[in-house]
Amino acid sequence: MANILKIEHLFKNYGSVEILKDINVEIEQGDFLVLVGPSGCGKSTLLNCIAGLEPITGGSLHIGGQDMTAVSPKDRDIAMVFQSYALYPTMTVAKNITFGMKVRGVDQATQDKKLAHVAQQLQIENLLKRKPGQLSGGQRQRVAMGRALVRDPKLFLFDEPLSNLDAKLRVEMRTEIKQLHQRLGASMVYVTHDQIEAMTLATKIVVMKGGVIQQIGTPAEIYNRPANLFVADFMGSPAMNLIPAKARANGSGTDIQIAQDRGDPIVLTDTKNRDLPEDVILGVRPEDIGDAAMRSGAHMQEAECLIDIVEPAGADTYAVMQLGGKHVTARLHSETNAAPGNAQRLAFDLGKVSYFAPDTGLRLN
Amino acid sequence: MADLSVSAASPAGQSQTGKIALRWSLYTLLCLFALFYLLPLFVMITTSLKSLDEIRTGDLISLPREVTFDAWRTAWSGACTGIQCEGVRPYFWNSVLIAIPGVAISTLLGAMNGYVVAQWRFRGANIIFSLMLFGCFIPFQVVLLPMARVLGMMGIAGTIPGLIFVHVIYGLGFTTLFFRNYYVSIPADLTKAAKVDGAGFFRIFWSIFLPLSLPIIVVTVIWQFTQIWNDFLFGVSFSQAGTQPVTVALNNIVNSTTGVKEYNVDMAAAIIAALPTLLVYVVAGKYFVRGLTAGSVKG
Ligand SMILES: Nc1ncnc2c1ncn2[C@@H]1O[C@H](COP(=O)(O)OP(=O)(O)OP(=O)(O)O)[C@@H](O)[C@H]1O
Ligand SMILES: [Mg+2]
Repeated sequence: MANILKIEHLFKNYGSVEILKDINVEIEQGDFLVLVGPSGCGKSTLLNCIAGLEPITGGSLHIGGQDMTAVSPKDRDIAMVFQSYALYPTMTVAKNITFGMKVRGVDQATQDKKLAHVAQQLQIENLLKRKPGQLSGGQRQRVAMGRALVRDPKLFLFDEPLSNLDAKLRVEMRTEIKQLHQRLGASMVYVTHDQIEAMTLATKIVVMKGGVIQQIGTPAEIYNRPANLFVADFMGSPAMNLIPAKARANGSGTDIQIAQDRGDPIVLTDTKNRDLPEDVILGVRPEDIGDAAMRSGAHMQEAECLIDIVEPAGADTYAVMQLGGKHVTARLHSETNAAPGNAQRLAFDLGKVSYFAPDTGLRLN
Repeated sequence: MADLSVSAASPAGQSQTGKIALRWSLYTLLCLFALFYLLPLFVMITTSLKSLDEIRTGDLISLPREVTFDAWRTAWSGACTGIQCEGVRPYFWNSVLIAIPGVAISTLLGAMNGYVVAQWRFRGANIIFSLMLFGCFIPFQVVLLPMARVLGMMGIAGTIPGLIFVHVIYGLGFTTLFFRNYYVSIPADLTKAAKVDGAGFFRIFWSIFLPLSLPIIVVTVIWQFTQIWNDFLFGVSFSQAGTQPVTVALNNIVNSTTGVKEYNVDMAAAIIAALPTLLVYVVAGKYFVRGLTAGSVKG
């Protein structure tokens, strides 16, 4: 089976401004690829290039094994859901959904059958006679999905389809989209700037910044082994702690020394990673720092830390302290006895940490 | 008005009578203005219903003692516009024959131009649009001679199609401007979605943009109809004996009478000539205001 989508060395300029630089992406049948990145990094532009709505400046783009460079959007066998939904305001919901088929000259019986099927799938049967202006945000979103689904294309493109919905509805629709993907086994490219959406939906994530791909990988890879400081900081909430530290080789492993604002520096011994340069940035996720009394494991290293702030958040309690001149967040059990101003014995899981070079920002381990 | 009544009602000290007085003075003022503006129309209508004798002896703003429609009949089918004495009727139909295709063609072309300039941003779209805008501000007088030559070369000088052509060309700048400004507020995603759905240039225009355009179509039609119907300069320059529009005929009636000036006939003819534009405003005026203020379209 050929790749559904294959992008090689794609460049895109607007005038003299380079928006996308050397993009290389491949997805296979059934993949759910999520493009994630901060606002303005070129996600929509890339999606528009895939759809053929914007010409590409350089490189190649294949869909289903065919070169798409000179193929118009309508012949690319794709369907797209826009951030603004872009429903046709003067047409009823039913007409919105069947417009594509009508343009392509599909016969009325087939149109009706497909419309009924999609309406039932998305539970919008009772809305079919309404105009988009008479729908709520969530209902519009469903109609926009319906317009894409009814086409049954090789590739679905979604441009931030949930960003206009309120938080609760967004979570619901997220689940629904995921179910839809699993049921249809369809290939999708999905743009978002919400990293949680990316983590929950994707089989494969592409993290972008300033028109350059930072990392491509499964959600677990991106989360556990971020390729650079940007990805480490961008993915995960609360963000990964990035602590300046000194590494010194010691027989079996490496001593990691972190300055504390008050009190002695703490020293952790990493037995897994060796050959680190002297200056490193230690990346450790909040959930990999816990109460020493409640955590144990092969790579656990304990240290006394001065807690500045304690923030109970229901299931967890976040403790904030100053390490290496940075605010560091630890995710503690809700029954922790940590208190602001007190020292607390914390365990750092060095089996899961990342090291980055301070100058290049690249991953070291 | 709403603001006034709200702010007047809110302080407890303000009395009900004060509020009523305010309202009455406001209405009185408005009525005075309305009267002032309606006075010319009043004089025209009353004069047109009087006999010549009465006009000569009576007061300008008095009501007719004896209502007679003779002047209207003469204006419509008997008044002399030079050597012919057929009234304004044939010229009225000339105007209709010029205005209706002129309005329809310039509106349709304007819609199409606006759609292209606003939604299919090709290279140089802005320059072309600026040039068309510039065309709006060229005074009529400047184009008279070149236009006469062009009409001559096309072989439609002095004909009704010739006049339609002139009005379409001259109106295009305005109609394009109207539609362009209306269409830029329509999100580009709509066009993109339609492209992905498989629709082409004309299909998108026809199925998506035109149905959205009723308010701006009304504005354009009113504007163009008023322009074309009331036009005198092009009408007098580019027409010949059988093809003059009603404005030219009116001028001829008023200016070519020898001897006694038939004010009643002149007034009746003027009202007849103005009637269609009045009618258009009455029928579509509501949409006119709405269309001028309408902007974005929520998807
Ligand atoms: N038509 C255009 N002409 C010139 N520059 C453009 C054009 N469209 C987008 N850009 C620029 O390209 C860059 C990427 O835009 P894009 O819309 O792809 O960002 P995005 O990642 O989708 O952001 P968001 O999350 O805000 O939607 C931006 O800096 C934007 O200013
Ligand atoms: Mg975007």
